[in-house]
Amino acid sequence: MNRNLLLGGLLSSLFVLAALLSFVWTPFDHAAMDIPAKLKPPQAPHWFGTDHFGRDMFSMIMVGARTSLAVAFIAVGIGMAIGVPLGLTAAARKGSWLDEVIMRANDLVFAFPSLVIAILITAVFGAGAINAIIAIGIFNIPVFARITRSAALSLWERDFILAARVAGKSSTRISLEHILPNVTNLLIVQGTIQFSLGILAEAGLSYVGLGAQPPTPSWGRMLADAQTMVSFAPHLALIPGLAIILTVLGLNLMGDGLRDHLDPRLRVSRT
Amino acid sequence: MIRTSKLAFASAIAVAAGLGSAQAQGDITVAMQLEPPHLDPTSAAAGAIDSVVYANIFEGLTRFMGDGSIVPGLAESWEISDDGLVYTFKLQEGVTFHDGTTMDAEDVKFSLDRARAEDSVNAQKALFEGISDVSVVDPLTVKVTLAEPNGLFLFNMAWGDAVIVAPESIEDIKTNPVGTGAFKFVNWVQGDRIDIEKNPEYWGTPARLDKATFKFISDPTAAFAAVMAEDVDVFTGFPAPENLPQFEADPRFQVLVGSTEGETILSTNNKQPPFDNIKVREALAHAIDRQAIIDGAMFGYGTPIGTHFAPHHPAYVDLTGQSAHDPDKARALLAEAGFPDGFETTLHLPPPSYARRGGEIIAAQLAEVGITAEITNVEWAQWLETVFKGKNFGLTIVSHTEPMDIGIYARPDYYFQYDNPAFQELMATLNSTTDPEQRTKLLQQAQTIIADDYVNGYLFQLAALSVAKAGVQGLWANAPTQATDLTAVSWAE
Repeated sequence: MNRNLLLGGLLSSLFVLAALLSFVWTPFDHAAMDIPAKLKPPQAPHWFGTDHFGRDMFSMIMVGARTSLAVAFIAVGIGMAIGVPLGLTAAARKGSWLDEVIMRANDLVFAFPSLVIAILITAVFGAGAINAIIAIGIFNIPVFARITRSAALSLWERDFILAARVAGKSSTRISLEHILPNVTNLLIVQGTIQFSLGILAEAGLSYVGLGAQPPTPSWGRMLADAQTMVSFAPHLALIPGLAIILTVLGLNLMGDGLRDHLDPRLRVSRT
Repeated sequence: MIRTSKLAFASAIAVAAGLGSAQAQGDITVAMQLEPPHLDPTSAAAGAIDSVVYANIFEGLTRFMGDGSIVPGLAESWEISDDGLVYTFKLQEGVTFHDGTTMDAEDVKFSLDRARAEDSVNAQKALFEGISDVSVVDPLTVKVTLAEPNGLFLFNMAWGDAVIVAPESIEDIKTNPVGTGAFKFVNWVQGDRIDIEKNPEYWGTPARLDKATFKFISDPTAAFAAVMAEDVDVFTGFPAPENLPQFEADPRFQVLVGSTEGETILSTNNKQPPFDNIKVREALAHAIDRQAIIDGAMFGYGTPIGTHFAPHHPAYVDLTGQSAHDPDKARALLAEAGFPDGFETTLHLPPPSYARRGGEIIAAQLAEVGITAEITNVEWAQWLETVFKGKNFGLTIVSHTEPMDIGIYARPDYYFQYDNPAFQELMATLNSTTDPEQRTKLLQQAQTIIADDYVNGYLFQLAALSVAKAGVQGLWANAPTQATDLTAVSWAE
């Protein structure tokens, strides 16, 4: 086990743990306002202080982790569920018109800056967590389609695939039974990185008011709300900011570590 | 070239007059949040237009002063016939528009006829509705005949929507406003600023500033930074009340806290079930904790109100006790109305922080009594479309900044759709009453009726919050109408 994986795994599991724990327990009700107790600096019993409505920041960070987790998880899920089959199909029909259509359509989505697409989608269909998920999910599709196709293409040249073909398996069955299991490692690594990008995108969308709507806590909106108060209540911005940084850092480190760990080619090249 | 020479000329005068010190500044930069869509106050409801042009560029027959009083404007004096129907205005002599044409009775007739015409696009046509005839007696005398007595006529003529414009310059008024004011329009860089300069031919007390620039900064964080960095000299309608204590503590700045005509209300769609049930509306009123909203959303700036009326007005009745915060009572009322488990509704929130933050607090307060209000944050254009025009909403928060606007409750097609014939009759009586004491009584009655009907949730009177550099004097602290009157503003010596 390498150091990246350890540190990344630790930070990521802390994040997942906070999100899961928030379903059953938070120190305070995250939505309960106590306006006379607003803007308290971090101190017991409010370990992360209180926000401008007197809500407990610690509870909000925990529930916010849940929002981020849910949005990023489902968005990556959408990206994988659509992108991977597309990539497999394109690889199986390499050079055909289907390959061209799929990959050029992916290029088209890729050509747009991801956040711009997300803003476009939320502007047309309205702001909200669901639309943020769809928006982030859509720009995950080409990432997974490309990575799957490129990995699958080299696999198609391998002897064991030739053997499967000789045995009379259809290309669909080969894709599912031989190609897919062999690209899974790659997809896990990419998934982890996309997951961290999803969290960042969710925070960005919420920051501009296009993500989860109040009262659902969201790290991005906590940052946006804190903007005018940074000068006299810095914890309002620092805490959600740190939460985003640490989570994204953790997931990236984990993705890096996983790649070193899972990818046999890398292991060989390093020794 | 011309501008440079003018500047040189101005500074030469300043030196000659012995005002050569750094303190004697003739320029000012005033920032505000919203940029006007165009510059014709007589054809749009946007308050941002009046914030730039009222009193500075355009003037009416009468005008508002900073304390809310009405004083003569372009009309030097007037006579009212005994039956209250005929107003004979004597106009100021020697008034010219910025393009050099004279302002006379014909222009007054043109302006009023244009505003009250069938196809007029004036946003406040109701102000002119009672006028049955405008006639020119001589170049400096105008006779306005009303269909019935109107106690508010002189007040109405002070509105930004009733300013005097000239037929010669009406074509381009939206981009090149030509008025009679102490300042002339110079330049508008869309998205950034509007420049005006002193009108040397002004008929009245000349402006003390040579030039003024209006800057538009919509983002509260940028607003804070612009003032702190001294990029702007004044910020009117400062959007982030949480930052004011810092300015107050800083000797470089002064903070002006005044009153506005903005009744901030939780507007309720009276036609949409379950809000058509008065018990539900009463429950809403008791579910709301006004002080928490003022403290949480406005950081303490604002006065609680219990009806749609400005607390600083002499006819105001304090009805806040009638809708005091009482969640138990609210729950009981909901049960009585047939909603023991509450219900779901929508809450549309326009951009200002009183709405966005206030909305979050109200949603939490409503949740306490079982009402789930789903928050939708909207931009102004979207708000106008869905809420104001489309009437497709349950609840919304907005500040009604027009002065003396209780009359909107007599309009059943107004967006909150309150339809009470008794109230409409009362307003009709009020409009034709000129006796001040009688008017006060009627106004108080009107306030009580809408409070008894719990038409909307009455939250607080918006405070006028401005930040200025310490040396600026002559600014309005209060906002009796949307205006940034710079005619009396100057720098302390």
